[in-house]
Amino acid sequence: MKFSLLILASPYSQQGGLSALKFAQTCLNQGHQIYRVFFYHEAVQTASFLQTPQQDESNLHQLWCELAEQHKIDLVTCIAAALKRGVLDKSEAKRYEKDGFNLQQPFELSGLGQLLDAQINSDQLITFA
Amino acid sequence: MTKKILIIARSAPYGSSLAREGLDYVLTSAAYDQKICLLFLGDGLFQLLKEQQPKQINLKSQIGAMEILPLYDIEDLFVVEEDLLERNIKQETLGMEVKIIKRSEVSQLINTQEKVLSF
Repeated sequence: MKFSLLILASPYSQQGGLSALKFAQTCLNQGHQIYRVFFYHEAVQTASFLQTPQQDESNLHQLWCELAEQHKIDLVTCIAAALKRGVLDKSEAKRYEKDGFNLQQPFELSGLGQLLDAQINSDQLITFA
Repeated sequence: MTKKILIIARSAPYGSSLAREGLDYVLTSAAYDQKICLLFLGDGLFQLLKEQQPKQINLKSQIGAMEILPLYDIEDLFVVEEDLLERNIKQETLGMEVKIIKRSEVSQLINTQEKVLSF
């Protein structure tokens, strides 16, 4: 089955972020396909590579990067939701004249059209709120 | 590819930005020629109230942003009769034309759609 994930949950304040990762790992282990993971609402914070949880806690950003590398998953972050929450890649940082950026591959910034595309082209879109 | 998509709005308009971000998805989907209908469920109903004064809390009006829905050919807005009664909301206090269905008809509405997403 072809799944896409819509993640709305904040990475560390809510369980949804970790549940989504577990779901994605389980899907792939069972031979299903992940078409796209879309980060929206508070979940855009997951895309920041500056997050630094304590060493004995899960680093959600790192875990998504590892999964994306192993399985070539599309990790898309909503650009409008990300920019207002201070999550920018290098080119957006330049465009808005900011000193730093905190988003890079395998995460990417794109529009809500990518969520629509995921909803249309997947068998199931699962929301993690 | 045009799909029949139902968006379920379950969040109250302020306090969380989910209602607003859900509406952004509605408008994006409509711009890509999808056939959208909206169901305002539970506290999502508060998004439709005519008399919203969000300027006092430095936010943009949810009902104001919804006025452009007819321009995107989104005309099927559903609310549930029981939700109106439970919140003592009268239809005339709503800022949009809505269709009222019974709670027992919600599953039937969902079944007529190809894709469903809730915010």
